[in-house]
This record gives sequence, C-alpha cells and structure tokens, in this order.
Amino acid sequence: MIDNSFIAEVRSDMLRFAQLQLRDAALAEDAVQEALLGALSGERSFSGRSALKTWVFSILRNKIVDLIRVQSRTTNVSALGEEGASLDQAFEELFKTNAHWRPDTRPRGWGDPAEALREKGFWDVFEICLNHLPENTARVFMMREFLEFDTTEVCQTLDISVGNCNVILHRARNGLRRCLESSWFAPGEKPC
Amino acid sequence: MLTCKEATRMMSEAQDRKLGAGERLKLEMHLSLCRGCRNFRQQMDFLRAACRRLVGRDEPGQD
Repeated sequence: MIDNSFIAEVRSDMLRFAQLQLRDAALAEDAVQEALLGALSGERSFSGRSALKTWVFSILRNKIVDLIRVQSRTTNVSALGEEGASLDQAFEELFKTNAHWRPDTRPRGWGDPAEALREKGFWDVFEICLNHLPENTARVFMMREFLEFDTTEVCQTLDISVGNCNVILHRARNGLRRCLESSWFAPGEKPC
Repeated sequence: MLTCKEATRMMSEAQDRKLGAGERLKLEMHLSLCRGCRNFRQQMDFLRAACRRLVGRDEPGQD
C-alpha cells in the first residue's frame, strides 16, 4: 500500500508546501528530507496512506515552524509595513471616496468554489498568487492558514502587534482574492 | 453604518477571532444591503477552504 510511487507523490506535495513557506529551495529540500526520514524510520505503523500523509505533514509542519522561528529573528519588522505599500494602495483604489466599492471593482460571485478546488489548473494559479505576495506578508498569512497558528502566536513569534498582524492578514487575503479573481475566476461577466 | 472598507477588515478578522455581538450585528446589517461585501465574505471562506485543502486537512474522499 505504501510504495515508492506513493512516497514520491507525498514528497512532491511536501516540497511544494515547504517551498511556498520558506521561499528557499535548499532549505525546503532539507526540511522535507528530514521529515520523511523521521517519519519512515519510526516504529509507528499506519492504517493507510492518508494516515501516513497526515503524519509526515505534521512532522514537516513542526520543522517549518522551527525554521521560521530562526528566520524571524532576522526579519526586519519595519519591512513588513513597507513591503505592503503597493498592496495597500491597490486596496484603497477599489473604493470610492465614501469607502464603498467602486462599481467596477466590487467583488464578484465566484460560482461554485468546490468546482475550482477540483481543478488541477486552479492549484497552479493559487500557488502563483501566493508567490506574488510580498515575502513577509505571505509568511504571516501562511503561518496563520497553513501552520494554523492563532494570531497571538503569529504576533509573538514575529514580534509584531495584534493590530499589525490583522492589517497584514487583511492585506494578504485581499491581495490573494484579487489575484484569483483576475487570474482564475475569469472576468467578463458584469458584477450585479 | 459600516463602510465597505470597514466591513472587509471585519470579515478578515472574523477568520481569526470570534467577533463580538455588536460587531456581528453591524456586519450583518451591512451585508444584508451589500452584494459586493457578501461576495467578499464568500471569497474569504473560499480562501480558507483552499488553504485547508492544500495542506491536506480537508482531502476530497479519494486515494
């Protein structure tokens, strides 16, 4: 049941996951390798493929958390604000002066989202959009969404305020949704 | 009355913490009148679902 082709498949998922978050191919490769070796050399037995996958991913998640803690010591906190400037400006431009949506930038309905999640092409676009986010903005977003830190933990780890964290998450989410809206949820239909 | 800009901030925070009763009331009132913000909320939920799927927390029932 757990054969080499399954391991190869999990490995490539892990690599993608690690690279998105670490943005460093060599570091990601190391983390994945260690996580896999750790998981497979253990005494644990697995009831199936998905149990194994969950297990190796939880090991990988911990490795990434450790690496992020180390990296965050060298993160320049003030850079978090600066790198978001262009996303913030783009966000402001979505609104009229009274802070309501401009008719042409109003968020559209995305139809049946479950359908998008089933399509392979969607995941490529999703990855591209994540990689488009400025590095530290993406870092905060992925700590929250992929590593499932709560915002307090994110703040403590990166030494930023809760307010700042909320701003960054909002910025990231809006950036991502705009990227997906223009790159996947094809324009053409008028917002109603 | 919330502006759309304020509503988006609140909807983002709702992904991270439980909003207070007053906040929820204000937001729901706004959403009942604003299709753009209702779409925004669905998009936020979609992002959460996509992230869960990507990390394998919410696999479709296959394998």
